[in-house]
Amino acid sequence: MGLLSDPHCRRALSRLVLRLNTPLCLLSYLLGLGWFLALPLPPLAPRTYMSENAMGSTMVEETFGMGERALSYAREFAGHKKKAGGMPVAWLERTMWSLGLEVHRQPFTLTLPFPDETRERYMVKGTNVYGILRAPRASSTEALVLSVPCSPGTQNNQALGLMLALAAHFRGQIYWAKDIIFLVNEHDLLGMEAWLEAYHDINLTEVQSSGALGRAGAIQAAISLELSSDVVTSLDVGVEGLNGQLPNLDLLNLFHAFCQKNGLLCTIQGKLPRPEGDSLPAYAHSLQTLLLMVLAQASGRPRGDHGLFLRYRIEAITLRGINSFRQYKYDLTTLGKTLEGMFRKLNNLLERLHQSYFFYLLPSLSRFVSIGLYMPAFGFLILVLILKALDLWMKLSKGETGNAERLWDGDHGEPRPGLLALVPPLVVCHAAGLALYFLPVLGQHVATQHFPVSEAEAVVLTLIAIYVAGMALPHNAHRALSGGGSDRGWMVLKLVALLYLALQLGCLALLNFSLGFILAATMVPAAAAVTPNGPRVLLGVLLVLGTPAVTLLLTIFLQRELEEAPAGLGEGWQLFLGALGEGLLQHHLYGSILYPFLALGAHPCWLLLWNVLCWK
Amino acid sequence: VVEGLALLDLGVSPYSGAIFHETPLIIYLFHFLIEYAELVFMITDVLTAVALYLAIQDFNKVVFKKQKLLIELDKYAPDVAELIRTPMEMHYIPLKVALFYLLNPYTVMSCVAKSTCAINNTVIAFFILATIKGSAFLSAVFLALATYQSLYPLTLFAPALLYLLQRQFIPIKLKSKSFWLYSMQYASLYLCSLVVIICLSFFLLNSWDFIPSVYGFILSVPDLTPNIGLFWYFFAEMFEHFSLFFVCVFQINVFFYTIPLAIKLKEHPVFFMFVQIAIISIFKSYPTVGDIALYMAFLPVWSHLYRFLRNIFILSCVLIVCSLLFPVLWHLWIYAGSANSNFYYAITLTFNIGQILLISDYFYAFLRREYYLTHGLHLTRQDGTEPMLVLK
Repeated sequence: MGLLSDPHCRRALSRLVLRLNTPLCLLSYLLGLGWFLALPLPPLAPRTYMSENAMGSTMVEETFGMGERALSYAREFAGHKKKAGGMPVAWLERTMWSLGLEVHRQPFTLTLPFPDETRERYMVKGTNVYGILRAPRASSTEALVLSVPCSPGTQNNQALGLMLALAAHFRGQIYWAKDIIFLVNEHDLLGMEAWLEAYHDINLTEVQSSGALGRAGAIQAAISLELSSDVVTSLDVGVEGLNGQLPNLDLLNLFHAFCQKNGLLCTIQGKLPRPEGDSLPAYAHSLQTLLLMVLAQASGRPRGDHGLFLRYRIEAITLRGINSFRQYKYDLTTLGKTLEGMFRKLNNLLERLHQSYFFYLLPSLSRFVSIGLYMPAFGFLILVLILKALDLWMKLSKGETGNAERLWDGDHGEPRPGLLALVPPLVVCHAAGLALYFLPVLGQHVATQHFPVSEAEAVVLTLIAIYVAGMALPHNAHRALSGGGSDRGWMVLKLVALLYLALQLGCLALLNFSLGFILAATMVPAAAAVTPNGPRVLLGVLLVLGTPAVTLLLTIFLQRELEEAPAGLGEGWQLFLGALGEGLLQHHLYGSILYPFLALGAHPCWLLLWNVLCWK
Repeated sequence: VVEGLALLDLGVSPYSGAIFHETPLIIYLFHFLIEYAELVFMITDVLTAVALYLAIQDFNKVVFKKQKLLIELDKYAPDVAELIRTPMEMHYIPLKVALFYLLNPYTVMSCVAKSTCAINNTVIAFFILATIKGSAFLSAVFLALATYQSLYPLTLFAPALLYLLQRQFIPIKLKSKSFWLYSMQYASLYLCSLVVIICLSFFLLNSWDFIPSVYGFILSVPDLTPNIGLFWYFFAEMFEHFSLFFVCVFQINVFFYTIPLAIKLKEHPVFFMFVQIAIISIFKSYPTVGDIALYMAFLPVWSHLYRFLRNIFILSCVLIVCSLLFPVLWHLWIYAGSANSNFYYAITLTFNIGQILLISDYFYAFLRREYYLTHGLHLTRQDGTEPMLVLK
């Protein structure tokens, strides 16, 4: 500890922190942002490579040729779906049985906390149907899953057809070492969650399902397929899962390798791949893709049905067939061949995928940024908070030793800055956070009685109301205690708020880097700059711009901009309200952490900073 | 404990399973109290707090008396008036100590988890109370109980002996006969009570297998479940070959610091006891947060050292950050499967480094204050410039 114990060094360091504080903070912030923007460039984004030995090459002979059969299954399914008005359970069971699979059905019910726009009722009932293809010469200890969502209307019929054709083809092969589960889930994520919970026999959400379920051992990997057209121009992959968890990079590498083998055009984030090069358009394209991934990961919303598998340590991705106005189209046979190849390679796995990265960012399908290279960007942002905190601490201890030397004939209580004056603001801010967390859902009935709105709207509007009301809270409680209302009071409060924010963002960045980074990038400047002695209006505007709700609004606009479908103000506002409702619903249904974190963690912290600004 | 009780009820030795490693007295205690387990742990925490309160109250009186004596003997330099402690400032310290212990999040977590560390803390707190009150017999008995339960409080024998010698005004010189006489008395009290407790355990269970199960387990560290200590990762990575050597090295590390600290801190045995408890809780083979809560409860007693502490801000930030990152990285490792044990051990290492730096900071501050007291606060070199104090 020579650096910290040598008095000369200490004095030099403290002088550095005190005098050059603002320039250092600015530099650190710009460095953090700059590092992030530099991530798509080649030195920081190496090419992807396959790390798992068992999935090394794509040397597999695919013999799938049942494209026509897939189409005919799709038509039959469409017809039966229309007739049944929902999921044609009986037809599915019959067909899977005739293919030689071991069929099971799982009815489930779920009570929503509030009915959202799509479902419009509290209770959701559905059925999952799945067939297990038992491996002919192996014991059923491991399994792979191919899942297809059963969507209302004409969506995903071809996906089901392809799945059944694949099942028929797979049934005739002898090389399967793992069981394959062909799952059709109803109500998208709800059905998937119900199935996963029943399969693993745990109770995370309050889904109730009945019936004894057939199992096939531990699931090693899962692929979710979405296909709504007879031919596709490209295959899009969705990687982000619940709470921003990502599958092992090897699964993505596998997908990319097989698409290249079969000549299939594969995309990520819906963006076509640009040719490599050091040009500005290529960089802009990579940056766009990276930003789309960051925004998707930050929302914590699963990109497809695969998102819920990741929680159970099952690597999964979603493949989406896209039919756009391009010339070259691929039929179902090519798609089937790709899937067959992927499944054969996954069949070779000896252990769970663990060799490759779990934390990464993708500027394109063939390049990735690993955690060691993107964390410094976040580190620089947090450094700003730490520098400011050190600066405040040193100012506080200098002021205190100044006081202590003048009155030596008795200490006034604690040698530390008065901690008791901090308690009212902390309690009030956290109470506001608790209100924000509990009241919207609990108070929806009261709200619908008094106002002419539906429950979903009531919940969202209550949320916004409590959020704005937090800003108008009386912040003068600190004056009741002695020691508050002075300069030291707000400095101590700001110190605590900065450390609290840094702590929360640090813990968050480990779990969901994108969310942590976005919140840091927006909240850090406001947090570092806020002081009651400066230009209040300007700082107030800065702080309001940094609040998580405004960040959400801005990121919605940014996302639409990046997807090349810019949204107008009205549409953006509607999307914003929808996102709020969705976030709440996801928390109650799947255990997403975005909403509790923002309500119980980021919002109280922001209120503390608002408190500092309004200090008198 | 529950498994041990179940095995005992079946008539089998509770140590035949691999999970139970507590002493027979604990198992008999819980035999009667298992229904009220939560209440038991709450009561032990309250007892610890009360014991610490009374101990520190007495200790403050002793400190003040000693300070008065030294002032009268003119041992202090003339300009150290602001370093002298007044009864007014020391008035609330016992209450703060009790509150520090009860409201510490670590204590709360320990109580909720119903960890038997709470009982350990109670016994050590009573030992401290008995030592400070001056009763050699009770102090020896409680120390024997503490050692019986987890081997490491053996090292607390030295500070307790030093304190009792000081209290009896026996000078600590190796040639003095009264010193050896008193030490032998205290040591024999301690050893006899230890032997009595061990024999009692033998008669309770009619077998000696609690000795390898309890003490062999603590010393040889066979179970490598991750905890907040330093042992598990090391021994998980090590070859079988070397594990005996490293087990010896790690265990000696815990006991090793007693002798140098005894030489340096022989005038201040209670501070020595604090440092020793801290060292035990950092370096023992299976530490828990309850051990940390115990030594942190003492921090208000040294609050007068605050002006000499150099890195308290950074250290407290490091400790808080690490405590919060523990569950996050545990989740990432065990539940999400995205991290591995290296992440978790990194936080363990940082946390332990933070604790070690905290203790050494307090140590340095304490010695610095002593130096200032005897040599004056405003020191100048021969040529009039401000000197630098170096800890040698």
